[in-house]
Amino acid sequence: MMTDHSLPEINNAASWQRRFWILGALGLVVYLTGLWTDPEQFWASGLLNTVFWITLGLGGLFFVLIHHIAGSVWSVNIRRQAEAVMVGLPWMLLFALPLLVWGVPHLFEWASPDAVAAHPVLREKAGYLNPSAFRFRSGVYFVLWIVLCGLLYRVSLRQDREPHPDLIRRMRIISAPGIFVFALTLTFFGFDWVMSLDPLWYSTIFGVYIFSGSYLVILAFLILLNLALRSGPAWGDVVTVEHYHDLGKLLFAFTVFWGYIGGSQYFFIWYTNIPEETVWYLHRWEHGWKWVTLLLIVGHFVIPFLTLIFRASKRNLRVLLVMALWMIAMQWVDLYWLIVPTFHPHAPHLSWMDGAAFLGIGGIFLGIFWRTFTTHPLVPVGDPKLKDSIEFTNS
Amino acid sequence: MSKVVGVLGQFRDPTALVHGAEAVRDAGYKQWDTHSPFPIHGMDQAMGMKRSGLGYFIGLCAFLGAATGFGLQSWAHAIAYPAIIAGKPLFAWQAYIVITFALLVLFGAIGSVIGMLLFNRLPRFHHPVFYSDRFESCSDDGFFISIEADDPQFDQENTVRLLKEAGALAVDILEETDE
Repeated sequence: MMTDHSLPEINNAASWQRRFWILGALGLVVYLTGLWTDPEQFWASGLLNTVFWITLGLGGLFFVLIHHIAGSVWSVNIRRQAEAVMVGLPWMLLFALPLLVWGVPHLFEWASPDAVAAHPVLREKAGYLNPSAFRFRSGVYFVLWIVLCGLLYRVSLRQDREPHPDLIRRMRIISAPGIFVFALTLTFFGFDWVMSLDPLWYSTIFGVYIFSGSYLVILAFLILLNLALRSGPAWGDVVTVEHYHDLGKLLFAFTVFWGYIGGSQYFFIWYTNIPEETVWYLHRWEHGWKWVTLLLIVGHFVIPFLTLIFRASKRNLRVLLVMALWMIAMQWVDLYWLIVPTFHPHAPHLSWMDGAAFLGIGGIFLGIFWRTFTTHPLVPVGDPKLKDSIEFTNS
Repeated sequence: MSKVVGVLGQFRDPTALVHGAEAVRDAGYKQWDTHSPFPIHGMDQAMGMKRSGLGYFIGLCAFLGAATGFGLQSWAHAIAYPAIIAGKPLFAWQAYIVITFALLVLFGAIGSVIGMLLFNRLPRFHHPVFYSDRFESCSDDGFFISIEADDPQFDQENTVRLLKEAGALAVDILEETDE
């Protein structure tokens, strides 16, 4: 044990576990009935919510990678939480698989041979955008995620038993090439699963845009999780206002980053004014979609920017709670804005299946997260930096 | 003719300096400072310093920069020299964002330097602490607290006693002489 601080515990861990599984099972059962009522909506809702929970998992992976590469001290005490989110990522294959096997023709225009035959550009793109290549690439992403997340988590657990500084080095050595794997898989996952919904449109910054959302949602998730755990023994002593302050700073920074990336993408397309590019924004401005776009600008940027810019609000747990919930909702709206106009171009449309799939997939994701998180020490007890992390202060 | 402008106490190490600062803070002094060869963690708190208002000053500068950037472009493009460029409207606000953002950062950065100097009352070429020969070690291994005579609480005897009680190894009286 690397610290004389008393270690945190969770009240009612088992009953929460049950609740997550039940939520997941109920959500999925309700959602599955949609397959008979409206199959097109069924696949669209599945895509939206699978991508949402995958971005949370990717955010967790990135949090862990950057923690090791930067040799962070402040976040050692919350590392296990990010690691458990990261472990949820490969499990999302459960929901990606049906989409890959049966969903592709329902979701992607380029998967329809007639559409490809009719459009010369799609014919040219068919070497990349075809169902087998898509399935193969997605398989590669998941294999790499399984390997990367598995390696990192195994070394981390070993550290609990052998508190040796060498293991910190080993995690760094895995993370350094890991961040390249992360960047490339996230970018191409974004291209394949989201951007190719409009197969004629492309934006080279799109991967970075997906990344900014992923990191925002993990930060919001970690704030929310710690606030929820705070009633348990010793949590308030181990995760202090200083740690919330840092999470708040990152949440603020990446709110700005998201705005910068989203703004850049819009700006270049607006400036060059090429119809094949501008049409993507037109689809998000006409037929009532304008209101979703405006909600995103105000809700995903202006409100968190003006709220979190003040030091006092980053150290106020009540404000952080509201902002964390809000930003998780906004990440969902962001993905909704990216994905749904393809399926409902004539008006924004919220289906009950969107909600059911969100809760169903989310329940399973949270169940896996919770199981991973609670079956091992809740803080990395073997990490030599744990004590410094707990005692960390923003001068 | 000489005039007492303050006192300077030397402390053994950073820990002693922090405790000394706490004592001076609790005694209610306002015109005083600590001096050390390197930054000491927790000193702001030991001195009872309030958060600097610099951030708000920078915020104001940044806002002025953004307003200047946006205003100048809008005025030049839409009013003073209306010209259609690249098929964009006369008031093409999207095109102005980049410069607006750049001037926001520029004014904010310059504002932070100027504000830092203003808030620290710099540049200043002399300070009473330099009357003490002891103070030279401040760039090496000396840790000091100086209390200025214009502090309302200042009383030469009591202030010296306070510093000694707070753990000062030696206390110098800082005197200004008219030459």
